[in-house]
Amino acid sequence: MVRLEEHKHSTEDKPIEILAAPAKVYIHLAQHIGKPCAPLVKVGEEVLLGQGIGSVEAHVWAPVHSSVSGKVSAIIDWPHPVSGRGKVVVIENNGLDKLFPQLATRNPQPENLSADQIREIVRDAGIVGMGGASFPTHVKLKPSKPVDTLIINGAECEPYLTGDYRLMIEKTDEILKGIGLVERALGVKKVYIAIEDNKPAAIKIFQDRVQVLKSQYPQGGEKQLIKNVLKKEVPSGKLPFDIGVVVQNVGTVFAIYEAVYLGKPLYERIVTVTGSCLANPKNLLVRIGTPIKELINYCAPLKEEPAKIIIGGPMMGIAQYTDEVPVIKSTTAVLLMSAQEAKAREEIFCIRCGECVRHCPSGLMPCMINLASEKELWPQAKQYGALDCIECGCCSYVCPANRRLVQSIRRAKIECI
Amino acid sequence: MSNNLIVSSSCHIHKEDSVSKIMWAVVISLIPSAVAAVIIFGLPALKTILIAVAAALVTEAFIQKITKKKISVSDGSAFLTGLLLAYNLPAQVPFWLPIVGSFFAIAIGKQVFGGLGQNIFNPALAGRAFLIASWPKYMTSFTAPLSCDAITSATPLTLLKETKIIPDITYLGLFLGKRGGCLGEVCILALLIGAAFLFFKKYISWHIPVTFIGINGLFVYIFGPNGFFTGDWVFHTLSGGIILGAFFMATDYVTSPLTRKGQIIFGLGCGVITAVIRLWGGYPEGVSYAILMMNGATPIIDRYTKSRVYGKFA
Repeated sequence: MVRLEEHKHSTEDKPIEILAAPAKVYIHLAQHIGKPCAPLVKVGEEVLLGQGIGSVEAHVWAPVHSSVSGKVSAIIDWPHPVSGRGKVVVIENNGLDKLFPQLATRNPQPENLSADQIREIVRDAGIVGMGGASFPTHVKLKPSKPVDTLIINGAECEPYLTGDYRLMIEKTDEILKGIGLVERALGVKKVYIAIEDNKPAAIKIFQDRVQVLKSQYPQGGEKQLIKNVLKKEVPSGKLPFDIGVVVQNVGTVFAIYEAVYLGKPLYERIVTVTGSCLANPKNLLVRIGTPIKELINYCAPLKEEPAKIIIGGPMMGIAQYTDEVPVIKSTTAVLLMSAQEAKAREEIFCIRCGECVRHCPSGLMPCMINLASEKELWPQAKQYGALDCIECGCCSYVCPANRRLVQSIRRAKIECI
Repeated sequence: MSNNLIVSSSCHIHKEDSVSKIMWAVVISLIPSAVAAVIIFGLPALKTILIAVAAALVTEAFIQKITKKKISVSDGSAFLTGLLLAYNLPAQVPFWLPIVGSFFAIAIGKQVFGGLGQNIFNPALAGRAFLIASWPKYMTSFTAPLSCDAITSATPLTLLKETKIIPDITYLGLFLGKRGGCLGEVCILALLIGAAFLFFKKYISWHIPVTFIGINGLFVYIFGPNGFFTGDWVFHTLSGGIILGAFFMATDYVTSPLTRKGQIIFGLGCGVITAVIRLWGGYPEGVSYAILMMNGATPIIDRYTKSRVYGKFA
């Protein structure tokens, strides 16, 4: 674990602003972990806001919905924020936001829904883990073993990110209702709302339900959160439900509330647009499929030409090669870094200081996996626990020799599996 | 917007720390001892320090030049090796002795293994061991403190070894460095000021120095000259090179274990070997050999003291 400079001050007090839907949205068909969707619409077809446009037959999947009303103008390959490229449905916005009719008529009495009904609504709304992992939520709401504990993840431990924080402050009641739904879907007894101590306003709002955590990175990592809230560990190679725990991000819980109470599928989300290059960093409510250049323009002017654009936080976010890339369900932030900040540091030989070992939240010895990985000794890398790495990046962050530790461990993980 | 965006694998930020910052911080932490050495032993001490450091830098640059590596003398590591080697020499030695010592330390102690980070033994101690084996006479002729005219004097530990009697020096005298010895080891006060700075900067931790000094003190106390539990552990801690060795040489990252568990074993090993050499060995002082031996044991300590992986239970 490491203490990072937070950089949250530039957006933490800025209320969520609505970014108008753009003229064209680029909605990716792969926005979740699992099998990508196939398009349900054809080029030239008219679609409505909230209408399903992608679906697939699979166990781990989530449908994709239109975030505007308008006409499908193309189905093409397009930059993808996570995988580099992927298939998108391009929709020309007619500006009417005409709602898909089935949506408004749903769930007159959300309090009386059964667990199965809640799961079904969550699945049909296309909800995935909104903290960045994008694992389909309906699958997570049906664990194969009984669970008794739910942890709501409001840690938001990555620097710069403030979307979850704003949501907790501005949509407190909605989140509490959402938590009630998740409780019912899982049948859990104990609920913890985990928030870092650098967010006193959010801690005050949720009061006695809050489990206050030290603000350190990666506090919001699922396994670290479980360890620090419940003082127990998820066995290596197992999942949280194996020890009776489910973790849900606050953003996900809010999406569940919207789906169940308002009948709204997941077609928009909160994105923090920030970084030293921007004059007006903001928290925005953005339609899925909006190219990030629209977000950047909205927060203009640029103080400096960005040298690096990251989707997500600076520790685990992904550097983008173009600003044409659209927002997807797991896009937590757009971070613009200056040339000065993005400058690569010279890598020298490991001096065995052990900083990476002491800061690894998974208890690994990153320097040793790194040596094995560089020599392509995959069995040794595996023996040193490469597969237990959560890729948080603490090791690379602290390394005084600037070694590409997490980067080489990522490679080892691919080779070891 | 620019089409030349930088794309790299996360993480995208980095702590403001670097190897050269750490190395220069250790150099700074050793400055009080250099000042003390000059006060106690006069200008010959300064001459020895400057020659050793210059020779270390020249050797490092020369070898990196002929092996076509990037010349990295500015990272402070060769400077530090030269400095520590000088601290392990008597103040008044022939001018060529620190040159030979630094050359050996850098060339054989460090560069033949591949340079910074890859050597097995502490380079400065390798240099010292080489000099002791080759020129024992020069290496054991110590200048008397505050004498200015090069009277030689035995170290307190040598006196103890030869006469079996604790020499007549007060603890305060030892603490301030009024004794014969290597130029950087005598003034405990100056060394502790430097060590406190390194603790404050979190560049060293207690694990190696405390276990090293603690177990050595315990050992010499138990196996005292007049039966069990009669040893003068304060004397043993304040004389010889144990403070210099425990805080500045045994804590060398490259040649000590990675995990805290390993470092405790390393420190205990150093302390026990030092005590054994001092009590029953042929040499009056055992710190440098103890550290060198434990340097050699570091890979095996590392193997058996891996950190515990999250979610894996013993």
